[in-house]
Amino acid sequence: MKAASFEYSRPRSVAEACGLLTAGEELAKPIAGGQSLGPMLNLRLAQPAAVIDLGAIDGLREARDEGDAVFLGAQITHAAIEDARVPDPSRGLMPSVASNIAYRAVRNRGTLGGSLAHADPAADWVTTMRLLDAVYVIEGPRGRREVASGDFMQAAFTTVLGPDDLLLGVRVTKCSANARFGYFKFCRKVGEYAEAIGAVLLDPARGVRRAVIGATAGAPYLVQDIEGVLGASQASIEKEVRAAGCAEPYEFQMHAVALKRAVAQALA
Amino acid sequence: MKNVNFTVNGQSIEAAVEPRTHLADFLREHAGLTGTHLGCEHGVCGACTVELDGAPARSCIQFAVRCEGAQVRTIEGFDDDAVMQQLRTAFNAEHALQCGFCTPGMLITARDIVTRLPHLVNATDEARIRQELAGNLCRCTGYQGIVRAIQRVLRERAGATHAA
Repeated sequence: MKAASFEYSRPRSVAEACGLLTAGEELAKPIAGGQSLGPMLNLRLAQPAAVIDLGAIDGLREARDEGDAVFLGAQITHAAIEDARVPDPSRGLMPSVASNIAYRAVRNRGTLGGSLAHADPAADWVTTMRLLDAVYVIEGPRGRREVASGDFMQAAFTTVLGPDDLLLGVRVTKCSANARFGYFKFCRKVGEYAEAIGAVLLDPARGVRRAVIGATAGAPYLVQDIEGVLGASQASIEKEVRAAGCAEPYEFQMHAVALKRAVAQALA
Repeated sequence: MKNVNFTVNGQSIEAAVEPRTHLADFLREHAGLTGTHLGCEHGVCGACTVELDGAPARSCIQFAVRCEGAQVRTIEGFDDDAVMQQLRTAFNAEHALQCGFCTPGMLITARDIVTRLPHLVNATDEARIRQELAGNLCRCTGYQGIVRAIQRVLRERAGATHAA
């Protein structure tokens, strides 16, 4: 349970961090809160040659109200979102999701951007950002670019981030006052990664009717037949869960129930 | 080796550490503070929970080298803390420990619960207390006494506030 040796550096700026990511021949990993990478290093599932600590880059902790949207810096912790110490664009969805991630001691260190870049399919933020249709802001050697929520995560633990890219944060459009959401996560034990997630957002003022199936084998799945699912049509729900790749009976049942419960919450 | 400067229980520490040394090993083996216990060493059991910059954190998945400028408080740093004194008395009275292995982490999490969530004073709040405690595993005593001890301190503190 001790990490293998690695080189360590603590850059002061995003540009310096990006430079360090490509400086060596061998794998360098950025570390944010370290609540996933820390265990992976200790278990030696990850053995990067270098670890680039993003903890001293103050700019990544920034949250900014941009009028119709909120920009949330990658290094904002789950606990800061839970406690509403940063502006909430989601009318309570994000604080509620944050409060059920792992445990408070983990939420105090774990970050929004770290979780998104790690892209564990069973984690909450990849699913929540898909539901809120967030825009990912990425800095790389070719400058800054923005990526749509549907394009960011490509597969389990795989994103569009290149080896020399850094996720700066996400831009989330503000939900309207009468927006409603449902979010149902099934875990075997409090604080564990999800076995299934169903998430629903209804924001009539913005014309948003969206549902996402999370904790699949890959990227979160955006429900296509939204009217069928919102109408609680069992056939529609089953068709969508199959389309999300959840075919094995246990997995199928858990995801179907999670989606149904999220729909019921949103319509309640 | 990398040099790192931070504060442990109010004392400045300057040390050269291997980057892979986690904070719990540093505290136990370099600082001689063996009150911080190591169970799973991958952030699941909560035995190594310490206060890092005023909030509970797992010291087994925090590398010591990352603590530059940080304030660390271990269980030894709570000897004179009024809330921790109340918790220790309550843990004793409610039989909240047997072997004591999980106790340092339990106490630091318990202190966070009673200070951050002082409103959990009703019998119906037990589920929330258990949820907040879910990141600290006890393998011998069971949680009944630990939960009762936390409830006792929450009630004592709420009573003290009303009286004041």
